[in-house]
This record gives sequence, structure tokens and C-alpha cells, in this order.
Amino acid sequence: MAAVTAGSPSGPSTSRRSPDRGRRREVVAAYLFALPFLALFLVFTIGPVIASFLMSFTDLRSADVRSPLAVGLIGLENYSKLLSDETFHKAAFNTGYFVVIGVPLTMGLALAVAVALDSGITRMRTFFRVGYYLPVVTSIVAVAVVWRFLLQPDSGIVNTLLGYVGIDGPSWLRSTTWAMPSLIVMSAWRNMGSLVIIFLAGLQVVPKEMHEAAAIDGAGAWARFRRITLPMMRPTLLFGGVVTMIGYLQFFEEPFVMTRGGPLDSTLSTAYYTYNQFGFGNYSYAAAMAYVLFVVIALVTALQFKLLGSKD
Amino acid sequence: MTTSTRPEPATATVAATDHAGPRRRRRAATGNVGEPRAIPWVYAVLIGGLVLLVGPFLWMLLGSFRPDRELKQVPPAWLPENPTLDNYRTLFTDLDFPTYFVNSTVVAVAITMGNLIFCSMLGYALAKLHFPGKRAIFGLVLGTLMVPGVVTFVPLFVLVSNLGMVNTFPGLIFPFLAGPFGVFLMRQFFQSLPDELIHAARVDGAGEWRIFRSIMLPLCKPALATLGILTFLASWNNFLWPLVVAQSEERYTLPVALAIYAIGENSSDYGLLMAGSVAIVLPVLLVFLVLQKHFVRGIAMTGIK
Repeated sequence: MAAVTAGSPSGPSTSRRSPDRGRRREVVAAYLFALPFLALFLVFTIGPVIASFLMSFTDLRSADVRSPLAVGLIGLENYSKLLSDETFHKAAFNTGYFVVIGVPLTMGLALAVAVALDSGITRMRTFFRVGYYLPVVTSIVAVAVVWRFLLQPDSGIVNTLLGYVGIDGPSWLRSTTWAMPSLIVMSAWRNMGSLVIIFLAGLQVVPKEMHEAAAIDGAGAWARFRRITLPMMRPTLLFGGVVTMIGYLQFFEEPFVMTRGGPLDSTLSTAYYTYNQFGFGNYSYAAAMAYVLFVVIALVTALQFKLLGSKD
Repeated sequence: MTTSTRPEPATATVAATDHAGPRRRRRAATGNVGEPRAIPWVYAVLIGGLVLLVGPFLWMLLGSFRPDRELKQVPPAWLPENPTLDNYRTLFTDLDFPTYFVNSTVVAVAITMGNLIFCSMLGYALAKLHFPGKRAIFGLVLGTLMVPGVVTFVPLFVLVSNLGMVNTFPGLIFPFLAGPFGVFLMRQFFQSLPDELIHAARVDGAGEWRIFRSIMLPLCKPALATLGILTFLASWNNFLWPLVVAQSEERYTLPVALAIYAIGENSSDYGLLMAGSVAIVLPVLLVFLVLQKHFVRGIAMTGIK
């Protein structure tokens, strides 16, 4: 960058300088301010994003790490392999399952809590807000370990409590039926807190007068929620939905710690399978898989904005 | 539904007349306009929810004091019958938790410092200085906000291997020193500060760096606090990259160590795993409780955790 040699912005400055010279100084200073971030950013973020794409068209494996430029080009072979890889199909299905059930569940719970917190309670507001946000700040690994403990078949607290009401709880994480729902409930439990805060902020833009006017006209609480609160919160709900979905599409720690992707791959996610392929040394295959996930994330985000954003 | 209550008593009464069951209707008919009747239900639901949210943490804490025999007991006792500190002792004697703790701290502090410095510099330039390419740079940075970690970790690992940084602190730290989120947050905040401060300082002959460092940056303390806390937290809890890069025990961060014990030969030693979880969660919890305002502001400001 040429600006680097043009002198330090902290250098002594003259009090009488022409506007032109001032402008140039500002530009030089701006590039110097930007330089450290951009250098790191290009090397460790932009570079890898591009490299990942290029890598997916090669046959790079762990043995080629020292000479990543000497690999062979294989075109779309990695991508065509994905099409016939049944484990990948399973992982993609599981990821879809997790997102399709998990996102609405998390959003619904968070919206209910946000509306409750906004409904005129005065005592313990901060207390609730902090309490509901608590799981968000904790490590997913720790949360997953704790939930595995809660969900133990015999000595676990969940099945003990279910036993009190006469339900014989299954062996949650060892059942192909129940392992995924367990992970989904745990994720909703952990992530609803940040949505509660986003939704609470969104609820503040709903004018109280509109509710009052509608109530006088005889609109019930549910009708007002449907016809006033929800439409007014559209941008907030959209934002919350996108953020949650981007996170859920990448779920990895939960199955890694709780089920190791099992039983019978029933909780293997796309991100987890990518990690496994990386572990097997199939770097370019892992990169292709990661890129598919990336494109899906981008497409679904764009679609969500289109569907929810411009419906006025 | 919990929506049936509103702070304004009049509204709540009107809503109750045409909507709710006989008990509420009677109250409305008698014209008793106090705190809406549904409020106790709201409290009950919220407290119930809170128990479900905090319960697992209490169970974790209780579990960490239980001896092995009690952890396998069916049904489990509510409170530890023979509380013990053995699980915590094991963290120090058999395992090397102090090392993981130090590793996590070093990595998180370095990443936080880096982001505070680099993101505020670029954020300031993007918000307050005029230069060619500004929009392109901002677009580029913003565009990577939603790039998932799985997309970059494979080439990043190849890069870090070639730089000889696998299983080193630089390898754990460098990829996260300059994150797009911080630029976005700092730019937003700098934009809210008046341009006149800069103009006045320039007239007084201050250099650009001095204007940034001595005038503008000190005004950003709330945003810096928010960014610092959120970055520290994200780094403390980060998992995928440390799992890939930290390849021997002396470089494990806390989540990596816990996950590896949880799936390895200690996988059913829940006393140890609960004590380890407490060790990861407790510091963050304390920081959060003390500084929770900054978290809430950060979320409200950007919506990203």
C-alpha cells in the first residue's frame, strides 16, 4: 500500500495548512488506521474464504499440507461425490431437521417470554432478563456436558422427574428417535435468551396507543397480538430468525459432546461431518462440504429477507 | 396467553370484559381497576421458566460436590448426602486444569485487546474520515459477518501449518485478532459522535492520530466495554478452532479439555465433568452478573451475541 510510506499521522502537524493538504493527510491517516485490521483480515479471513472455494476443486489431502499449490485439479469431483455420499445426505437431513424444528421453537419461546416481560410487570424485570440470558453466555461445551448428565437414562434428573408423574423416560441420547429432539430442546434452552433481548427491543417500537385504540374498538388480546404486535415486529422477527438460523445451520458442539453424532448418525450435522472429513485428512472434500453449507446459509438468508422483508 | 395484560389498567379491563372468563368479567363489571388480574399468571409463568433455565446450572453445581457413588444412585438424592471436594481436587491433581485456565485466559485477553485496537481504528476511519475505497472496505468486512467458521477452518489450518503455528498461542490467537463484528459495532458508535469535535481539534492543530486517541476514543468507552466483553466471551467459549489447533494438552483451552474428557475415557466420570463445567461457567457467570448492562446493550445495539 502506497500510503504506508507517506508519513505517520501522529507526526507534528502545522496549524496553517491548506485545505488540499489537509485532505491528503486525512486520506493517508485513514489508510494507516485501516491497515492493521485489513492486513490481518485479508490473511486470516478473506484469504481462507477464497482458498476454501479453490481448494474444493482440488484433491488436497492432509499429506499435501506443506505443498498446497502442487495439488491436482479435479474439477467438480468433490461436489459430485457429495451427491452420492449417503452419510452427507443423512447429515444434511439432520441439519435441516434441527433448523426446521429448532428455529421456530426457539423463536416462539423467546417471543412468549419477551411479551410476558413487556406486559406490565414491574418487579424483578432485570432479574428475569438476566436469568433468561444466563445460558447464552455459558460455553456450549459445558452446557452440553451438563445436559448429558441431566438426560442420563436411570440416574438423570429428567427421567427421575418424569418418573414422579408416571412416565418411563427413554434413554434420550441413545435413541435414534429421541437424540435429535433432545439436542433441539437443549439448543432452544440455551439460545432463547438472546432472542428475548432482541424481541424486547422490538416490542418497544409497537405504539401503546395502537393497542389502546384497538382495545376500545373491542379487539381481544390475541387479536391485538396477531394484528398489531406481530406485523409491527416483522423486522425484528426477521432479524432474530436469520441470526438464529445461521447459528443453527452450523451446529456442531452439541452432537460432538453429547452423542458423537450417533446413534447411527442420527445426530450427525453437516458441520460435524465436515470436521470428521477434515479429521480423516480429506481436506478438499471437507472444503467442498463447507462451501455447500455456506451457499445454503447465504441462500436461505436471502430468501428469508425476500419473504418477510417486503410484504407491506 | 400472556399478552392479555398491559400496563394501563383501563386497557386491561376493557380487554378482560370481552375476552376472558367469568372471573375477570366480574372484576371488570365491579369496576375494580387495579393491577390487571392476569399479572400473577405472568409472574408464575416467568418464574416457572426461570426455574427451568437456572435449574440445570444448580444441578451441575450440586453434582460437582457429589461422590461417584451418589452420582450413579437411582433415584438421585436432591442434595449431596456426603458432599466432597474430591472432584475439584482431581481437576488439579490428575488433570491440568490450571494450565487450561491460563491458556483460555491468555488467548481470550489477546484476542480482546487486538479487536479493541484494530476494530476501533478501522471503525473510526470508516465513520469519520473520507478516503477512496471506504464503501468497498465496509462492504467487504460486513459481507464476512455471516461466513461460518467451518468454511474457513480447513484453509486456515493449512496456512497456520505452513507458518509453523499449529499447537502454539499465535495459532490460537491470530485468526481472531481482527473480527468484522467489532468494526461494525465501533463504526456505529463513532457515527453517533459529532463531527465538530474533529473539526475543532484540526483547527487547533492536532494530528489525526491524536484526535483519534485523545479525543474520540475516550468517548467510546461504553462501546469499547461492550465489544471487549462480547469478544472475551466469544473467545472464552470458542471451540472448533482451538479443537483443531491445540493438539497437545499444554495448549488445550478449557472447552477443548472438557470436551475431550467428556468423550474420552472419563466420559462417565460425571463428578469430574461437572466440576470442570463449573470451572468454565463460573468466571463467565460472575463477569456477566457484574457487567450485565453491557451485554444487554451489545445485543440491543447489534443483535449478535
